[in-house]
Amino acid sequence: MSYPADELGKFDDGGDLPTPPGARETVLSIEHLKVTFATDSGDVKAVDDVSLTVAPAEVLAIVGESGSGKTVTARTILGMLAETAISSGAVLISGNNVLSVTPAQLRQIRGQEVAMVFQEPSTALNPVFSVGWQIAEGLRAHGKVGKKEARLRAIEALRKVGIPDPEKRVDYYPHQFSGGQKQRVVIAAALALNAGLIVADEPTTALDVTVQAEILELLRDLRDTYGTSIVLITHNMGVVADLADRVVVMYEGKVVEEADATTLFASPQQDYTKRLLAAVPHLGRNSASARATVRAHLDQEVLVEAKHLLIEYPGRLGTPAFRAVDDVSFTISAGEVYGLVGESGSGKTTIGRAIAGLNRTTGGSLKVLGYEMLDFKERTFRPLRRDIGFVFQDPAASFNPHLSIGECVAEPILIHEKRSGAETEKRVAELLEAVQLPRAYAERFPHELSGGERQRASLARALALNPKLLIADEPTSALDVSVQAKVLELFKQIQAEFGFAALFISHDLAVVDILADWVGVLHNGKLVEQGIGSQVMGNPRDAYTKRLLASLPVPDPVEQAKRRDAHRALLHS
Amino acid sequence: MAAGLTVKRREPLLNRLPVISHYRKSTGLQRGMLVAGLVLTGIFLLTAALAPVLSPYGFAERFDTQQPPSSAHWWGTTSGGYDVLSRVIWGTQTALMVIVVAVVLSIFLGVAVGLFSGYFGGWADRILVVVADAVYAFPTLLLAIVMSIAISGGQSSLLGGILSAGISITVVFIPQYFRVIRAETIRLKAEPFVESAQVLGAPALRIMSRHIFKNATRTLPLIFTLNASEAILTLAGLGFLGFGIEPTSAAEWGYDLNHALSDTTAGIWWTGVFPGMAIVLAVLGLTLVGESMNDLNDPRLRSRRRAGKTPQPDAPAGDSTVQDKVTA
Repeated sequence: MSYPADELGKFDDGGDLPTPPGARETVLSIEHLKVTFATDSGDVKAVDDVSLTVAPAEVLAIVGESGSGKTVTARTILGMLAETAISSGAVLISGNNVLSVTPAQLRQIRGQEVAMVFQEPSTALNPVFSVGWQIAEGLRAHGKVGKKEARLRAIEALRKVGIPDPEKRVDYYPHQFSGGQKQRVVIAAALALNAGLIVADEPTTALDVTVQAEILELLRDLRDTYGTSIVLITHNMGVVADLADRVVVMYEGKVVEEADATTLFASPQQDYTKRLLAAVPHLGRNSASARATVRAHLDQEVLVEAKHLLIEYPGRLGTPAFRAVDDVSFTISAGEVYGLVGESGSGKTTIGRAIAGLNRTTGGSLKVLGYEMLDFKERTFRPLRRDIGFVFQDPAASFNPHLSIGECVAEPILIHEKRSGAETEKRVAELLEAVQLPRAYAERFPHELSGGERQRASLARALALNPKLLIADEPTSALDVSVQAKVLELFKQIQAEFGFAALFISHDLAVVDILADWVGVLHNGKLVEQGIGSQVMGNPRDAYTKRLLASLPVPDPVEQAKRRDAHRALLHS
Repeated sequence: MAAGLTVKRREPLLNRLPVISHYRKSTGLQRGMLVAGLVLTGIFLLTAALAPVLSPYGFAERFDTQQPPSSAHWWGTTSGGYDVLSRVIWGTQTALMVIVVAVVLSIFLGVAVGLFSGYFGGWADRILVVVADAVYAFPTLLLAIVMSIAISGGQSSLLGGILSAGISITVVFIPQYFRVIRAETIRLKAEPFVESAQVLGAPALRIMSRHIFKNATRTLPLIFTLNASEAILTLAGLGFLGFGIEPTSAAEWGYDLNHALSDTTAGIWWTGVFPGMAIVLAVLGLTLVGESMNDLNDPRLRSRRRAGKTPQPDAPAGDSTVQDKVTA
């Protein structure tokens, strides 16, 4: 049975939506939108018969995994489709169909009626102009505005988005702002013309959790204060729970389900939505160290021991070296899963790479399998490499595109062990089976596998020599939620089976909580807190850990509303 | 998920070969350019291969001087008494040999040096980059002249002439290959799959040969075609200036053009027009192939058929697949 066409029609007329089309004024109404792209391998239907409406002062979230068509839908609202696309249906913004208006009319609609907030604020701003100039650019494009007035309005817009001291900072250049502030500037530019609708395409994906919380707060304020409608495109269910009034779930170009946020999270109707919500990691549920009271594995051999570890990156001429890791001490024992959490720039990846010998250490002591990394020599360290496995973040990039999966997985065996071809092949098949991939995949090439399958193959390669220590650097960040859940499950299972020690690096507290017995929290190169996972997550002692945990949106609107209040209280205290 | 069903098998080897895969990707004007280039290049290669059969006379045979085109000499004869048609046909062979020598030598040396320099870095890399930049700063033709004098003293036999012309051109081209391969190597060195090989403890030579080489050389067919056309021009330039191959050793378009120079004022057009046309068409053909490959390699420059024009084989099944995957 196929539900989209007829069933969704019924759904629309059913009247259980907060805003039935036509009954109330709508800011945006999309009717039967279809978008098709021409590609090398034939036409691809990116959006297939999507209809939705947005009411004034409403936050509509479009959620879906990669390839669901959510971004294409968002770009269509602003008439920004690639040349290779053809579209049909209607996108109505205050009576104008964006798909059929003239370029001049489209220019009028953009900026004045709809504005866009992009994912990556550092690339959305032009580095050679001051932010004031960039905000005023929209004003100049839409009518004669004097220099003085444009500047005043830019200052006003910056004040609205909470940039401190806007009179002075209006003349600053983008590089003088932090990532979160840059996103505020982008939002200010969207606000300058008082657009009634803002399309925000993954507005917080490139930002850290603590900054994300601030930007979500800002977007909510805008909606409450100025009645701006927001179309929020995201894959993060926590963000949806935090901000959205109504949610549209997309899958493979079609709308699967549409409901208000509380209803959707409380009682999802469609199977896909149910599975999607079940796959989202939820802090505190399914914790690996739920009932632990003392650190396990302490009686085992210590594999990694860091004492007052220092790692510096040399600065440019005249500037001092950048200290990425500052006085960090920790140990990893055999069989233990150590979770390292931190935001970008906290030094977590640097530590992982230093243990694998990809970065040099500067001071202190780092002993890996008894080898002092301070006097690192590739030649003397090479024999130890067979005991260290490494899983990289991006499974697409960590395989040589010219080698088959079998050859890639066999690589460590060929380097370290002298086995016959048949024996190697047998071992590869065993490994693939261990990570639940069919044997036949050995002959495939990396691009023929999906992201989750590639990450499993990557795990198989890391385990090929039965290492004592596995370093996993954000292994699931590049994956969709449902795939991430499966890979995490597999990781947990294999770790229990093989019993290797693991350093699990992630920015996602909920993910670390699922796997790690012992958790360390990094902030600006310093280890601010470490302890048993469930205790660090449930009852943090350090101020930064508290803030980090409070900023993390949970995928449940009711619970998130409570957490939000607690977060506000924490910030104001 | 049902990924096993959606996975595409690798295309057969034939369709992955450089020019053929480009042809399959092309459409419209871009396909026209590529086809025109391929036809011109094909004629050039065929003429070179079949020169002994096609040409009515040998390249060094002499007849009455400066005869206009006639049935005995279709394109006339030169001031030296050579048959123009035969010289043009035999000239393709010389040009092809020089291209092969020049490009093969420079690819081997440039790729090897570029790989080592990019992967290991350090002071050797810095010196090589400075040398390459210095060679770049030289006027190409001047460098080729210096090399040709150094190698063969200016004039020489067939093999000596081809080798000296080839090596002169090689010296100019090595920095190009060196730079491209070095830049790619440096980029690839930071790619996770190379790092993953390093973490596994693979020796440097293995990483270079197995992981970097194939990935770094993907742009080579493109530079190859563009350089081939440049090699023809450099050879013709050398010949025109008198540093080429002697007319008795081989036919060479640049030499013929040089000797046609004095004929133009006397109204003798055929000695200059035909070798000139040969140079233009050969270079045009190779350049068209190279430029189309360049455009087709870049997804942003590649034109595609409009969406909706090609029939969708699985269109009717589209609705049910969503349901299958949701419930799978």
